[in-house]
Amino acid sequence: MRSSLRLGGGAGFAGDRLDAPVLLAEHGALDYLVLECLAERTIALAQLRRRRDPNAGFDARLDERIESLLPVLARKRVRLVSNLGAANPEGAAARIAAIARRMCIPVKVAAVTGDDVLDALDLDAPALESGLPLSKYGPVVSANAYLGAEAILPALASGADIVITGRVADPSLFVAPLMHEYGWAADDVDRLARGTAVGHLLECAGQLCGGYFADPGRKNVPNMAALGFPFADVDTDGNATLGKVVGTGGRLTVATATEQLLYEVTDPHGYLTPDVTADFSGVTLTEAESDCVAVRGARGRQRPDRLKVSVGYRAGFVGEGEIGYAGDNAVARAELATQILRERLHGRFAELRFDLIGSTSLHGRSFDSGAHPYEVRLRVAARAATHEEAAIVGDEVEALYTNGPAGGGGTRKSVTEQIGIVSTLIDRSRVSIHVTLHEGNAHAQAV
Amino acid sequence: MPKLYDLAHCRAGDKGDTSILSLIAYRAEDYPLLALRVTVDAVAGHLAGIAKGEIRRYELPQLSALQFVCEHCLAGGVTTSLALDAHGKSLSYALLEMEI
Repeated sequence: MRSSLRLGGGAGFAGDRLDAPVLLAEHGALDYLVLECLAERTIALAQLRRRRDPNAGFDARLDERIESLLPVLARKRVRLVSNLGAANPEGAAARIAAIARRMCIPVKVAAVTGDDVLDALDLDAPALESGLPLSKYGPVVSANAYLGAEAILPALASGADIVITGRVADPSLFVAPLMHEYGWAADDVDRLARGTAVGHLLECAGQLCGGYFADPGRKNVPNMAALGFPFADVDTDGNATLGKVVGTGGRLTVATATEQLLYEVTDPHGYLTPDVTADFSGVTLTEAESDCVAVRGARGRQRPDRLKVSVGYRAGFVGEGEIGYAGDNAVARAELATQILRERLHGRFAELRFDLIGSTSLHGRSFDSGAHPYEVRLRVAARAATHEEAAIVGDEVEALYTNGPAGGGGTRKSVTEQIGIVSTLIDRSRVSIHVTLHEGNAHAQAV
Repeated sequence: MPKLYDLAHCRAGDKGDTSILSLIAYRAEDYPLLALRVTVDAVAGHLAGIAKGEIRRYELPQLSALQFVCEHCLAGGVTTSLALDAHGKSLSYALLEMEI
């Protein structure tokens, strides 16, 4: 058995940079590269794309990602694990196999399915957020259970070079290779918790290396245009050392790692994944050398009985409009425009919101009472049941050109369909995992 | 009057309608002051009108950090909010505006 494994974090969301993971795979001496590509809503939107086209529904940038990574993964013998399959892991795996054949790179691709539980969903079940039944929200378009690391193990055992999943808990994408290589048992809670801490630290990729951290003069980060993505050397007990490729931009320190360790953690004593209940409260981070941080001390308890399910539903349409004002009295003119629009739009929308960008749009008020912006931008947003109703918002903002306060300029308008997400729980017994293999080598036998 | 910005850094995360704000002292020796002054009540007062539900505070002395979990803080939740910053990602800098 190996005494140490190196896992790389190559994407923090579907829109992440494409060059950084290539550089990480090329120079990082990785054993596994993990691409985390699913935010809360990504899979629901992917499901809508799949309904329009049965061959779609996976990461829209799959071709670019895979074409750039395949040669280096093959040359450096790095295995890839990714949830970029979104609403169609089998379609994604077939697509990757086709790209590999075209590039004459022999690879075996495994697709893990079973997270899509739409057919098994009980619409009377309560949403975790409100206690209201799911049916109260709106037409459901997707329901995906958060699978754990165990779901990925058969795919890894099959010898696949690339494992593509749909919804899997983000840290589980990293825990799976550790369980596979080290033979950790599903009830080895302390090791699973340490692996989960590592996965949580790596899952947002650049955010561990100074991305989303920089604040000039206060928290300086060098060369962010070429931010390096992180890796972790993990031993058989789950103890880890975090690092990044020498010469890349960014910095990896106790401070950057602390921000990431606590990121989105609603209870540091009980971070729930399908694999374990992880206690991060005793985690210590120490800087061994430059851009090198040791992680110790996560503890584990029994995993939750049931799996969390993320349910996507149609939440109507949002209409938006914007217009800008500048110079003396800009805020007063924007406020006059607000007042005019309030009267014009009154009673037509269930939810209506006005923001002054440059002043109060982010926090509803300013924490700096002395600030007088040179320019300010009025933004109006409303929710409507139909596209047509939502469009009224932008049209009314545009009409301020000839009917509103002096000097308004630069209007923009848009209508977007909104997909809401709520959560519920499902029994593990109602979720069954399947693995299918797709050969990227034309001469290989289908399995 | 010094602000939290002078002593600590912060990253905001989100889960549904809950905003999660870390508060990490730059220097370990400042952690006790943060733990003493930046109470749940102080944060609730500072973020009045923004954090509309229960606020829980976790103490993580070995990380020189506090973690604030603020419910009903994201205008109904990330996926259906009409807010410009639906994730509340910029709330980190609202917390750091607090005077200490």
